[in-house]
Amino acid sequence: MQLIDAGNDEWLRVVNIIGGKGVAHKLRQLGVMPGDCIRIIRHAPLGGPIMIEVGGRVIAIGRGVASHIDVEKSECASL
Amino acid sequence: MRFALIGQPNCGKSTLFNQVAGYKAETGNFAGTTVNYTESKVRVGGEVIELVDLPGTYSLTGTNPAERETLRYLGSRQVDVIINVIDSTHLSQGLSLSIELLELQHPMVIALNMMDEAAHMGLKIDGAQLEELFGIPVLPLVASKGRGVRKVFLSALAIAKSRKTPKRPSYSLDIEEAIQSLATFLDGKDAYWDAEPLAIKLLEGDEALIAQVATQTPGLISQIQSAQQRLEQIRGQSSVWTISGERHGLAANLAGKVVEQGERKIILRDRLDNLLLHPIWGYFFLGAILFIFFEVIYGLGSALEAPLIGFFNNLDLTLSTLLGSGTLGSEILVGILKGISGGVAIVLPYLLPFLIGLGFLEDVGYLPRVAFLMDALMHRIGLHGKAVVPFILGYGCNVPAVMSTRMLEDRRDRFLAAALATLVPCAARLAVVFGLVAFYLGPRLALGIYVFNLFVIAVTGRLLTSLMPEETPGLILEIPVYRMPTLRNIFFKVWFRAREFVVEAWPILILGSVVLAILNYFQFADIFNVLVRPLTWVMGLPERVGVPLIFGILRKELSLIMLRQALGVTDFADGLTPIQMVTFTVFVVFYIPCLATLAVLKRELGWREMFLIALLTVVIALLAALVARGIGLLVL
Repeated sequence: MQLIDAGNDEWLRVVNIIGGKGVAHKLRQLGVMPGDCIRIIRHAPLGGPIMIEVGGRVIAIGRGVASHIDVEKSECASL
Repeated sequence: MRFALIGQPNCGKSTLFNQVAGYKAETGNFAGTTVNYTESKVRVGGEVIELVDLPGTYSLTGTNPAERETLRYLGSRQVDVIINVIDSTHLSQGLSLSIELLELQHPMVIALNMMDEAAHMGLKIDGAQLEELFGIPVLPLVASKGRGVRKVFLSALAIAKSRKTPKRPSYSLDIEEAIQSLATFLDGKDAYWDAEPLAIKLLEGDEALIAQVATQTPGLISQIQSAQQRLEQIRGQSSVWTISGERHGLAANLAGKVVEQGERKIILRDRLDNLLLHPIWGYFFLGAILFIFFEVIYGLGSALEAPLIGFFNNLDLTLSTLLGSGTLGSEILVGILKGISGGVAIVLPYLLPFLIGLGFLEDVGYLPRVAFLMDALMHRIGLHGKAVVPFILGYGCNVPAVMSTRMLEDRRDRFLAAALATLVPCAARLAVVFGLVAFYLGPRLALGIYVFNLFVIAVTGRLLTSLMPEETPGLILEIPVYRMPTLRNIFFKVWFRAREFVVEAWPILILGSVVLAILNYFQFADIFNVLVRPLTWVMGLPERVGVPLIFGILRKELSLIMLRQALGVTDFADGLTPIQMVTFTVFVVFYIPCLATLAVLKRELGWREMFLIALLTVVIALLAALVARGIGLLVL
């Protein structure tokens, strides 16, 4: 499943990050990597970004970027 | 001796810097406030040291110019000790940068900042254990309150003196082999870097660095590629992911060892986003916040402007009856007075409340949330929400706005954001809008100009986007927690920015007024007026407005200050009709950014882009002024 299809408040595990060097690099920098646990906090309306929590940090991610992140549901809770 | 402050964006480096050096670096509760480095001399333990505040960076492999700046500075080995500032509320994230820094094998200390917030979130951090694991000093810090600052610096000084270099954590065997093979090849080949840290960075595929080193090292590219390929065969994924993934895992592992998660207290600020970022209410609050902001500036400003103007007009009258008029000396004196009174009565009353309000919004952490709310709309003008930051900074001053476009990765995005940000009415132009339109024609019309301005920016953005098709990957932006701004910080921030007006702009305003007095006396002003007559004629403005418009390129306030003098009135209502006021203001809001902004455009983007943007703004200004005049003729 892609991150863009996931709902609010579910814990998810990042399976894969596909897509351009730029996007992958930026996500890596902010600590979003395969294996990490993330949670969607909220969606902005009108096709706006989604807000996720990863490793105690809150990040806003555009829908375009979110469609490059493969996730699966997981019981993991990140620190 | 030189100390460098390094850390991830919004970890509080600049706050720490300002604690010891006085307010010299801009701070704000969002990522990327510092885009170039600030230096200052400070005294530590009886010694004078050079303290450098570097732009925040998530990792040392930089994709945007702000991040590359940090790496370049570190690579050039001028630093005696690194003070690595970490936001304790997300330690594992910060530690991955720390590990990268350890790889540089520079003397280093770690300052765990925001310990108060971490405690509040129920996090217990075992600094002593981290100290043991890394073999370098790890100290607690609350930079915003000045707690622990002294200890951090004394410890840094001791480490710098002992020149004790830390040992970097090791990677898995296969990665270490790749590093060593490349390091052996690189040994002694680069003047700046040690072989091992350089090898790691090159294996990680830092393109800018590879290009830089490859020019002096023949055969480098094939060496890197073979090392990368070997690693890829073993791991089945690119070496970039392998190395950063392992570092990331190591950081998470370390954090797991030293952080204990206790019970988290949920307080108001944790729930605040449910309201402020609500799909419907969020926009309502955004509108309300901006509206209140506007009303406060207008309320305070106009309450001050009226009596001040009255006072200076009396002074003006007394002076001319005392000195008589018509002599060059008295004209110059009146010019000086106009320059001074313009600053006191027209600019400062609006500038100060504006700077206080902006400082508050910045420090609270609301700005990145505006980016979150506005991202969908920003896409319609070809940018993503991150470009909201240059826009909002633009309302203060276009110079930092253009500089902040450095945090955008893409060159097209930087050009577009810079071009559009120069159309944002800065505090100087705010003085024109409020001092002229709001004061004489009412705040609603001034608000109308701001809304019209947003509309023009949106249309321009759309047009430019259709010329430069979108390749923007999209928004990726950290959202900080809300923080209560400290009075002290807001005070210094406002002072820091207002001083810029007092020291740099005001003398130009006074000088401009004097020059105009001389021009008037010798009747030279007409030459300038005739030059821009085609423009002023089309807009239906008096001929004498030409000089203020030309001089407005130096400083935007100047066009308003000189306008009084050029028209020969103390009350604008005597020299301009309401429609002319609106047309003039709209033109001033859009046309050629001031000299300082032009300079920074040239530096950030280049000559060609600077001229392109200047030309674009004149065309837009003229069109916008004509539209405003047309609407004015219909409505007013």
